[in-house]
Amino acid sequence: MSEKHHIIPVWFFVGVLLLIYGVLIFASGILEFSTPPTTVLGNVHPAIWWGALLTIIGAIYVHLFRPRKP
Amino acid sequence: MNCFHHLASAPLGLLLAADPNGSGIISLRPVDLAIIAIYFVMVLAIGFYLKRYTKSGEDFFLAGREMTAWVAGLSFLSANLGALELMGWAAAAYQYGILATHWYWVGAIPAMIFLGLVMMPFYYISKTHSVPGYLQLRYGESTRALSAVSFAFMTVLMSGINMYAMALVMKVVLGWNIHFSIWVSSITVAVYVALGGLFSAIFNEVLQFFLIWLGALLIPILGLIETGGWSGLVARIHQNFPQGDYTHLWRTMGSFSDNPMGIHWTGIVLGLGWVISFGYWTTDFLVVQRVIAAKDIRSAKMAPIIGSFFKMAVPFIVILPGLLGLGLLSFKLVPESAVGPGLHSYNEVLPLMLARYCGPGLLGLGITALIAGFMSGMAGNVSAFATVWTYDLYRPFVRKDATDAHYVSMGRWCTILGVLVSIGTAYLVMNFKSIMDYVQALFSFFIAPLFGTVLLGMLFKRVTPKGGFCGLLAGTVSSVGMWALVKADPKMLAVIALSPNAKDMAENMYRALWSWLICVIVTVVVSALTKPKPVEELTGLVYGCTELPSEGDLPLWKRPIFWGVLSAAAFVVLQWIFW
Repeated sequence: MSEKHHIIPVWFFVGVLLLIYGVLIFASGILEFSTPPTTVLGNVHPAIWWGALLTIIGAIYVHLFRPRKP
Repeated sequence: MNCFHHLASAPLGLLLAADPNGSGIISLRPVDLAIIAIYFVMVLAIGFYLKRYTKSGEDFFLAGREMTAWVAGLSFLSANLGALELMGWAAAAYQYGILATHWYWVGAIPAMIFLGLVMMPFYYISKTHSVPGYLQLRYGESTRALSAVSFAFMTVLMSGINMYAMALVMKVVLGWNIHFSIWVSSITVAVYVALGGLFSAIFNEVLQFFLIWLGALLIPILGLIETGGWSGLVARIHQNFPQGDYTHLWRTMGSFSDNPMGIHWTGIVLGLGWVISFGYWTTDFLVVQRVIAAKDIRSAKMAPIIGSFFKMAVPFIVILPGLLGLGLLSFKLVPESAVGPGLHSYNEVLPLMLARYCGPGLLGLGITALIAGFMSGMAGNVSAFATVWTYDLYRPFVRKDATDAHYVSMGRWCTILGVLVSIGTAYLVMNFKSIMDYVQALFSFFIAPLFGTVLLGMLFKRVTPKGGFCGLLAGTVSSVGMWALVKADPKMLAVIALSPNAKDMAENMYRALWSWLICVIVTVVVSALTKPKPVEELTGLVYGCTELPSEGDLPLWKRPIFWGVLSAAAFVVLQWIFW
């Protein structure tokens, strides 16, 4: 995005945020694995697989768009 | 701000009628609060990081004109995908069924493709910094001034109204203090936009895009698992509401009285699909500014087309939750006016569905998506306001020959001023709620005629500066006149919307259509009687006087026209599937 300015691409920030959120949500899903929340379909543990998905997307973005020396 | 939605619908108005004293319907755990807090830290950090890159006016107001097609396209879409739109249109889907999807498909896709393929080259080649800036080049100072003053004034007012509305949502949904929500979000937005200008606004819009999708996507996924797919959902809706048709887009549009919106297909196609949609998506500077910031003309043309594909998918996270509410909730939601103890309004359908499926962590993500939508919408408003004020009002009319650094400094102060005026408006609306209806109506007065003025100016070299100014003025005045007429005598609605069965929604559509026609007729007549600009002054501004740059030897799949046609085909297929 930023040939003129060499700004870190916005995708890197997206990756960092998703990675942090993914880890938090995944961890929260693991912690309540034995007593899942009383939400509808809580028994399929959406926090675990959604957290894992966010972690993977975030990690890919962070890796692909990490700041490199020009 | 998203005036397109305000002028087209009632959801925001309904939302604001919510009981501010009600207790929250969702309670958050520490992990949810941590997710929200991390978002605030992230956006502030981005603002501080970007400050070092916003030295010149082009950096601050146009993000250095170096956005790729993807960044500009997602930002273009996100500027319109605010929290109130998500909640308001989910509510509209509960109330009107799949008809609400018209605002995402016929009310957006053709206009976005048209902007990319036909209008964007002129905005881009003319090197304008804003839509009023284009009007100055094409028509002269008076037309620019009329458009800039109305845009700047209305943008900060709408920002304030949205700010109050969101604080009220936080109160109703989470039980948060209204003043806390207003001040924390405003100060954050003021800081990061004043630091990074349009760079900050665009970065946050891209972040918001991901948050909204990843925060809301679980609702339709888990909802469709619960109902056993689309056919299961349709069966449940028919079981719960046997008297209405909530799942067909066009079948009930043959008569005003056959559908709950009280509107005819001509109103949807000509009023919404043509005038309002094209007016909003092609001339509202808030969204056009994102595309003007693209790095080259191909990116500028591709950005709205990329946005159109995602726009087509938005009903999956907005309309589907409303329909899931119709099919799955064990109780019926009611209009705001009927809300009492133990009853929930239409506007609560999205938070209710969020709470139905999302436990700790996921709930924080969903709420963060709503907050991000609200804050980036506000950032979009103030960054557009700062640009129009500095470049279209301050520079030409107050101080012509200042340095670039002076204008950047003015832009930063304007951002803070814009936020303060928004806060003032929020408090004004808190005390005098009826102001909101007037302000929303005011905004709608300008969009439809402005589309007539810009379109004629771009396509026909014979249109004269006097014709453009008189057309814009006549269209705006006639729109105000029709609105006042219906306010004074509600029976006039039947005249303006051409049917005694027409409802408020139809009035917006037809008022837009008539004011656009008046603008076009006056522009053509006055132009015929006055002298046009010499052709050499119209180079780069008007079709027929401008050599459009060739796309060279690009393979077909890299050309904007290819993706535009593909988007149009997908749009037609969707109409056919849900006919």
